[in-house]
Amino acid sequence: MFDFLEGYDLLGAFWATVQLTVYSAIGSLIWGTLLAGMRVGPVPLMRAFGTAYVNFVRNIPLTVIILFSSLGLYQTLGVDLGGDGIVQVISFRLSVLGLIVYTSAFVCEALRSGINTVPVGQAEAARALGLNFGQVLRLIVLPQAFRAAVAPLANVLIALTKNTTVAAVIGVAEASLLMKEMIENEAQLVLIGAVFAFGFVCLTLPTGLLMGLLGKKVAVKR
Amino acid sequence: MSASVLYEAQGPRAKARNVVYTAVFLVAAAVLLWWVYSSLKEKGQLDWAMWSPFFGSESWTTYLLPGLQNTLLAAALSLVIALPLGAVLGIARLSDHAWVRVPATVVVEFFRAIPVLILMVFCGEFYYLYTGVSSDSRPLYAVITGLVLYNASVLAEVVRAGILSLPKGQSEAAMAIGLRKSQVMRVVLLPQAVTAMLPAIVSQIVVIVKDTALGGYMMTFPELLSSATTASSFYGANIIQSLTVAAVIFIVINFALTSFASWLEKRLRRAKKSTGVTLAPDGGADQSAFAAPGV
Repeated sequence: MFDFLEGYDLLGAFWATVQLTVYSAIGSLIWGTLLAGMRVGPVPLMRAFGTAYVNFVRNIPLTVIILFSSLGLYQTLGVDLGGDGIVQVISFRLSVLGLIVYTSAFVCEALRSGINTVPVGQAEAARALGLNFGQVLRLIVLPQAFRAAVAPLANVLIALTKNTTVAAVIGVAEASLLMKEMIENEAQLVLIGAVFAFGFVCLTLPTGLLMGLLGKKVAVKR
Repeated sequence: MSASVLYEAQGPRAKARNVVYTAVFLVAAAVLLWWVYSSLKEKGQLDWAMWSPFFGSESWTTYLLPGLQNTLLAAALSLVIALPLGAVLGIARLSDHAWVRVPATVVVEFFRAIPVLILMVFCGEFYYLYTGVSSDSRPLYAVITGLVLYNASVLAEVVRAGILSLPKGQSEAAMAIGLRKSQVMRVVLLPQAVTAMLPAIVSQIVVIVKDTALGGYMMTFPELLSSATTASSFYGANIIQSLTVAAVIFIVINFALTSFASWLEKRLRRAKKSTGVTLAPDGGADQSAFAAPGV
């Protein structure tokens, strides 16, 4: 029944999806945290930059960003991110870059909503002890904010896993591109659809459940 | 917690430090901008000939406006179909009968777990193999079906969270005066929940508008993004310029919608008539039951 799978690298395609997700998640967590720090910080220019970045990026379709990184950055401006002319490597790195640029805006917003759950007294007490902005953020507020932000961050991570399919637009050999190819060559449309749907359910549902449990476990009881 | 409680009122030393930070940030930004400027200049991307097509009327009437029309059409149709479907699914998930609740839960969780692109690709092939939809309208059908399946299940969660956010006393009081279950839902709960859900629904429209762009490249649906790239191949490889124009149009539309959503949320929170409960457009951390970050 599943012999139509022969000749296709199904696991390899989903492995590419996982790799895209992991690299982009790490990158956007770092860049998103920096953005959140800028947005709540004391320097007006950085605050304005953080706000502008988030408002611009989250209103652009991811497809536009990914296309821009391939057609604009690579093909027009010649930025290849050290890919040595190997197209697959270059498109993979460019998609990770695009996914980071896009997802970090949502990570920033998730963290900001986490910061909003920390009671005012915590920061006031920290300031009363004489901590400066960096210390207040690093030692008192962000540790609590990250715990409260696990649930919204989990939603962002799940959305990121699904968004990696957009990398197919610039030809990264991940799950959705393989599905399109298989659908055009094989007859079993419903079965192929079911296989890929199952693959993504396997990736996203456990993420949601595990992060949900983690969120409950680390939540600050108030 | 507002940002200002994180740091003290600024004294002279802190102000001096801020000036240094600002200067460092400005220098970094200037270096980046200079790199962008010089590489664009080097490749001749700043020449007026590259940009001029988008300041004439021809590119707009031939490519961009029809593309924009298709984008808005697909988004509007998807929303109009997904809203009632989402409401039905959301209410079904709250049903007392397991045979209604369980299938609705499975459907909602299934379609939320799958990328929209996969749904679109599947629907496109499905219409090709099993229906008589003409090849001209097949991309539109595929895009709309994919968007409806996904967004109906997201909206179902919005509806469910909206109804659950109402105080318990509302349904108890309604049942105490003798309303039936369907009446409790229709007369008491839904009208109040709608005001609570409105901001979340408006910000879901942003997601729908953005996702139509997927249809352009993978499904050959002539929406804004793909017509902008078509325009660029017609006017001579000005892909950076045409993508910029498309991005600006998307930003204008979606920024208006986002601002409307947060204005609506503030207004509804103030309003005395409603319960004052709203679901934030971004799905804040304080309401993890709410499932739709506008990603």
